[in-house]
Amino acid sequence: MTDLYEVKGLRLSLADMTRKPLLGPAPRLEILKGLDFTIPKGSVLGIVGGSGSGKSTLGRALVRLLEPSGGQIRFDGVDIAHLSDRELRPLRRRFQMIFQDPMSSLNPRHRVGTIIAEPLRLHGFDGVERRVLRALDHVGLPRDFARRYPHEVSGGQRQRVGIARAIALEPEFILADEIVSGLDVSSQAQVLNLLEGLVRDMGLTLAFISHDLSVVRRLCARVMVMQGGQIVENRETAAMFSDPRAQYTRDLLDAIPLPDPDQIWN
Amino acid sequence: MTYLSVRDLTVRLKDGPALLRSVSLDVAAGEVRGLVGESGAGKSMIGKAILGILPRAVEVVSGQIVLDGVDLLALPPAARRVRVGATCALIPQDPLTALNPSRRIGPQMTDRLVDILGWTRPDATARVRDLLAEVQIADADRVLRQYPHELSGGMRQRILIASAFAAEPRLIVADEPTTALDVTVQKQILKLIAGMQARHGTALLFVTHDLGVVSKVCQSLSVLYAGKVVEDAAVRAFFAGPKHPYSAALLAATPKYTDPGAGLQPVPADVIAAVRAEVGND
Repeated sequence: MTDLYEVKGLRLSLADMTRKPLLGPAPRLEILKGLDFTIPKGSVLGIVGGSGSGKSTLGRALVRLLEPSGGQIRFDGVDIAHLSDRELRPLRRRFQMIFQDPMSSLNPRHRVGTIIAEPLRLHGFDGVERRVLRALDHVGLPRDFARRYPHEVSGGQRQRVGIARAIALEPEFILADEIVSGLDVSSQAQVLNLLEGLVRDMGLTLAFISHDLSVVRRLCARVMVMQGGQIVENRETAAMFSDPRAQYTRDLLDAIPLPDPDQIWN
Repeated sequence: MTYLSVRDLTVRLKDGPALLRSVSLDVAAGEVRGLVGESGAGKSMIGKAILGILPRAVEVVSGQIVLDGVDLLALPPAARRVRVGATCALIPQDPLTALNPSRRIGPQMTDRLVDILGWTRPDATARVRDLLAEVQIADADRVLRQYPHELSGGMRQRILIASAFAAEPRLIVADEPTTALDVTVQKQILKLIAGMQARHGTALLFVTHDLGVVSKVCQSLSVLYAGKVVEDAAVRAFFAGPKHPYSAALLAATPKYTDPGAGLQPVPADVIAAVRAEVGND
């Protein structure tokens, strides 16, 4: 299996504005501290960790919403780590993102149809209307949803609109950043089942960022555990759950409240 | 002994649909009862109705909220505020918005004791210092001088827990107190709440959407759908086998990492249709 992403020595630091002196530059805050990993084509990688572990920053670097301060991100053989906006533009169609909060990532003044159509137009697709309807079909929303506004649909349906917008571009890679954490368990299950089907049918490669190991176990073949900007464990999901090696992974697993009164917390 | 008894409580948007439909539930002194349901089921609304902090657009249509033998809804507003203020407290969901960003932690914690309950400032400060030790904040003096933004989410939630226990309330409404925290911090905070609740003998109404959390901290639970209690059960009996098809479906939708095949089944459409018909929601 060839790798869609090949990441080597990825570092990312941001200016720490809380410690900026009045004059002079802000000190740099190291968020990602040298990450090495690959994402094979057609695979689903779970990225888990506590808040502040750098998982979202890593995701944003993968789709180049952030520029790394060091290392390589090879996407289908091309190092995209330091490409300019102009050089990235033709590539952007190929890696898409679904955001955590569909309410703030969908323009409240646009109808669902317009929201899905906009990136299609931006990337010069033809037959935009047909593609919008097909995307709605794919995510299991009725076609007349194209005329609705985001506030007129439920949370789970909004998240489907976010998914439709991403898959309409027929990308090769999708980054899903905590996309079910705001949803009730039932809508969560629906969105996850949908995503699972799309990955299978469209041959997508998916990176799924989550703090919920139960969800990751269900969806992802591999899981990467992050802590403090570093990878502490990167293994096949089943192996990691049956025999977690890193202490932090064990702590994470142990902290999940199972729906079972016999699970005792020490 | 029943400390809180909600009887046939119906609440609606003014001139609008019902948000709670004839809700009844009991909480015994020192008991922890979970209130679970999907968003919009009305679980937070019950807590707000008890504390008398319903949004302006919402009104109580009928029912009773009997706290320690007295129906709160029959009291004049001022008497009700005094009674609830002296015996109840809230642990809110979002520890950042619940604290005033422009004031230090110390005065925020002592104000209620001094201004409303008439304590002296030194007494209140001493009490708050003890409580911070109880919520395992080691450096109390420094924290009391800090602002909310200088503290982590877990620390802020500890402060709100300490504040809730400050006046030794008999009942605490905890409204999704760990939803904003990550799992390792959530575990610490849940253990802390459970420990304090047991030591102080406080009754706790624990609002959450997470059945896993319920199984860790509650003794009983009420499952809500569209503003109606569809199941009222002891925790062990519930997890051994929920009685109502909707609660069973909700439990089946809850993911469980120890069993990758289980969980994450959406609530089936026929179960939704049946429960909707049952609660009279269309």
